[in-house]
Amino acid sequence: MRDLASRLPSSPGFWRSPLRGPRFTAVLGLVLLVGITVLFVTGLLSYAAYNPDLDPVNDKTPDKGLLGFYLFAWPTGPDWLYRLTQGVHVTLGLTLIPVLLAKLWSVVPRLFSLPPARSLAHALERISLLLLVGGALFTFLTGVLNIQLDYVFPGSFYPLHFYGAWVFFAAFVAHAALKVPVALRNLRAMREERDDLVSPRPDPPTVSRRGALWLVGGGSLLMFVTNAGRSFDGPLRETAVLSPHGGPEPGNGPNGFQINKTAAYAGIDPAETSEDAWRLVVTGRTGTVRLGRAELRRLEQHSAALPIACVEGWSTSDQWWRGVRLRDLAALVGFEDDPPDVFVESLQRRGAFRSGALRANQVADPRSLLALDVNGEALSPDHGYPARIIVPAAPGVLNTKWVARLTFGDL
Amino acid sequence: MNPVRGLPRPVIGGPFRILLLACSFALAGYAGVRLLAGDWLGVVLWFVGAALLHDLVLLPLYTVADRAVLRGLGAAGRREWALYVRVPAAFSGLLLLVWFPLISGRVDARYRSVAALSADGFLARWLLITAALFGGSALLLAWRSWRSWRSPGS
Repeated sequence: MRDLASRLPSSPGFWRSPLRGPRFTAVLGLVLLVGITVLFVTGLLSYAAYNPDLDPVNDKTPDKGLLGFYLFAWPTGPDWLYRLTQGVHVTLGLTLIPVLLAKLWSVVPRLFSLPPARSLAHALERISLLLLVGGALFTFLTGVLNIQLDYVFPGSFYPLHFYGAWVFFAAFVAHAALKVPVALRNLRAMREERDDLVSPRPDPPTVSRRGALWLVGGGSLLMFVTNAGRSFDGPLRETAVLSPHGGPEPGNGPNGFQINKTAAYAGIDPAETSEDAWRLVVTGRTGTVRLGRAELRRLEQHSAALPIACVEGWSTSDQWWRGVRLRDLAALVGFEDDPPDVFVESLQRRGAFRSGALRANQVADPRSLLALDVNGEALSPDHGYPARIIVPAAPGVLNTKWVARLTFGDL
Repeated sequence: MNPVRGLPRPVIGGPFRILLLACSFALAGYAGVRLLAGDWLGVVLWFVGAALLHDLVLLPLYTVADRAVLRGLGAAGRREWALYVRVPAAFSGLLLLVWFPLISGRVDARYRSVAALSADGFLARWLLITAALFGGSALLLAWRSWRSWRSPGS
């Protein structure tokens, strides 16, 4: 009977690795403490970057309630702001995967420890651990699947990842508050403490704890160097060998840079975008004007060097856009000195963000354009011909392509 | 940690801990009802399933694989070679785990039509990286063995 008990995972003797111990767990835990905090903050920033409180079309989680307490008008500068915050969010998330897996491995004996609860507080803490572990895996998994366009999760990515992250973070804060003092004490201790994680009859070691930490760090380094490149054009992108939007660019020439959604996927009918058929409808205080591409070209043309940065964590380097300032278009319909918000509608037939809202500060920025050209050539169909929005520091999907209608006015 | 029977303290536990966890559950509940507002069963299955799949399938799987490698090398009297297998296997496995949708080709068609990018070659590149990892590991082992064979005293 005693022998059987020692063969069950609930027995400390079942776990044989000499690596497990409080210091090993503490190192991994403190890395995650910093890393996940950065992930959470950059995630919240990404939600704010969509300006969800501006208009319902920008908000994929309209029942957020108090969870949107911190929202603010997303700024237009520096123009690489979203490229940085979202690049950090996704690349850091991928980099932390080995650390998360190692951390879970290091504490797995506690999953099986008996009795199930020594006290009410202990029982609550174990329930909280389900939210912690389930929440961490759920949030990482939805993120990893979404950047690979594998939409198998049960629902839309935005609410699952956003609310899942909040559930996870609620458990994470409690866990950190309870464990960080212990982790720091374990790190400061000169000698290894006895602890339920230390195997009572360990196998002979095949690697030191330091070596195991190097292995985890090496895995993180591998994830980092094979992903960081997807935030840059050219040779750097080629280093992102296994990640989506890594590797070679989709095309050559001025329009050769990364595409979020192709014209074919968005259901753009070439008959609607031809020079004869397409008219931009601009509505405002003084009524409606209709402008073809030739008429738009006769308006004052301006240039801006701006990147495209996607929620999926990839971004392009600066592209050289040319077209009409959004605030000049606002002036055409009666907003001469006070550019308001704008509601943008696309010819796009399917997909989220067929329409989007931009805030007055985004419309007013002199770099915010309705672009007709990129890198010295007319936009290609996949980059939004006949005309697309480009706004500094805005998430990629708010740079609406194949624009059909602009409605200026307070939203 | 009062071992005396009958005293309520150890049965309930620290008040700070309970208060903290209650706050945590309140926030998790507030977000949780929103998380479950759609396909609640699907979300619960994914949430709990992710934890169970990790703890009861993935983790035992790589533990058993590691033990098999150790046993195999132990039988050959070469336990000290474990890292030369473990490191490339862990890195290769990590890449496969994270990029499985792309490597397996299950999102090929969507990736091509959405992003106009070729989805070919993810499997080939992963195999090449795996080969390079194991090859590099083998070369390192060969070089170290050769060095220790040349200077057996050190």
